[in-house]
Amino acid sequence: MHSFGLGLRKPHYTEFLGTEVPVDFVEVISENFMIDGGRPRDILRQVRERYPVALHGVSMSIGSAQGLDRGYLARLRALVGEIEPLFVSDHLSWSSTPGFNSHDLLPLPYTAEALSIVCANIGQAQDALSRNMLIENPSSYVSFAQSEMTEWEFLRAVSDRTGCDLLLDVNNIYVSAVNHGFDPVAYVAGLPLDRVRQVHLAGHSQGENLLIDTHDKPVPAPVWSLFAHVIERAGPVAVMIERDDNIPPLTDLLAELVMARALLPRKVAA
Amino acid sequence: MSLLVLQSDFRAWLETGSAQASSAFAPEAQPGLLVYQNNYRASLMACLEESFPRTLAWIGGRAFRSVAATLIDARPPDSWSLDHYAAHFPVALAKALPDDPEVAELATLEQALTEAFVGPDAVALTADDLSHINWDTAVLRLVPTARMLTVTTNAAAIWSALASDQNPPAAAALTTPAQLLIWRAEYTSCFRALDRIEDELMGDMDNGIAFVDVCRRLISALGHAEGIMTAGNWLGRWTTDGLLINIA
Repeated sequence: MHSFGLGLRKPHYTEFLGTEVPVDFVEVISENFMIDGGRPRDILRQVRERYPVALHGVSMSIGSAQGLDRGYLARLRALVGEIEPLFVSDHLSWSSTPGFNSHDLLPLPYTAEALSIVCANIGQAQDALSRNMLIENPSSYVSFAQSEMTEWEFLRAVSDRTGCDLLLDVNNIYVSAVNHGFDPVAYVAGLPLDRVRQVHLAGHSQGENLLIDTHDKPVPAPVWSLFAHVIERAGPVAVMIERDDNIPPLTDLLAELVMARALLPRKVAA
Repeated sequence: MSLLVLQSDFRAWLETGSAQASSAFAPEAQPGLLVYQNNYRASLMACLEESFPRTLAWIGGRAFRSVAATLIDARPPDSWSLDHYAAHFPVALAKALPDDPEVAELATLEQALTEAFVGPDAVALTADDLSHINWDTAVLRLVPTARMLTVTTNAAAIWSALASDQNPPAAAALTTPAQLLIWRAEYTSCFRALDRIEDELMGDMDNGIAFVDVCRRLISALGHAEGIMTAGNWLGRWTTDGLLINIA
């Protein structure tokens, strides 16, 4: 059975807490709540009483050659313990080197060395959290000549080695496919779709030379089309609209969820 | 090239944007590298603008972004939390604008209020709690978000005016430095000025101070009748303010 949710954003707190929003779950950015206390944590506790919550991270930096930040893991573990989330996810990317944190989801070369490092880091995180993580495919603007495998081959290997599940961002597949000139259908065909637990849908913008993963627009037609292709082949997944900028009224996002439901294959749409 | 070296080269590109740093990557990577560098600087700039809205309003976007850009050039972020980067900005303002000390003090106040907003939770004592306390042995402690801040300018008045959409006063030096108390009452960050005696007591309350010692010190400073009355008044105010925890 598929489920449908939204990213919880500040402009919608009141509606999520004061009304019955027709979603099966919400997703929050983990780092926004990895704080000591105060109103944000209280709001998350209240939301959790009403909806299942997925924790989506942006700062674990699972591709860092230096390894993971233990302080970060400890904070995330505490949050996981309190919220008992539906999923804990982060990205196939890196952010930090010794003494530096870019606060961006930077691309990895898909090499055997990187695979070894990513798997070790995911293993460490899953041990610390005592649960499986979902790893999300990134959108990227640079690829590396030294890559020895495709991104989908890399993701498959990561999942095989660590047992982690996947968060498939359909917009990210589309953005990277356009930017790097690969076939998004071949990408989907190469993935272990039985490991996909969650799907992100979002919008993007046209930059000067590249598509940019801005999450500031409605889901565009090519992403809906690719989603229809994915959902026909995937098992039960949690589908979510991910909007991070130019946040529209909640009704607009709920309308996008209606669209997502409408694209389910007939056999499971009921 | 090892992953560690690649990541070090990528960092150099993000920090400097120099031709030398970009030469570590293939020519076809250049458009993408520019996207990442723009994202890096834009996210830090946005973090500072969102963290210091009053300071931004006070000095204007051009001056604010000039100091922010200098900080971004000089000091890369090193924490997983982007919010931690904001803590460096008041010092950067003090260095960049030494003749306008109210700017750095305004930013320091904003930062302190933000830190209090997400600081540790604590259950503050209420007026009802006070009736069950043995005052001969009671030890007063402050909520964990409480901290003191010394100001030499009218930055607090500027903050208050900006926060209520009033015309802020002109910047002015105080005749003597003042102490501000910053804390979070339930879910709202607060601050107020302290007088000299209250400031001394607050400093000791960080680690706990016996209420009888509070009374003794006030009596010593103000005389018996006024000292006892002041102790009672302050206890009431500290309770109303949501400042006290764990009277034991």
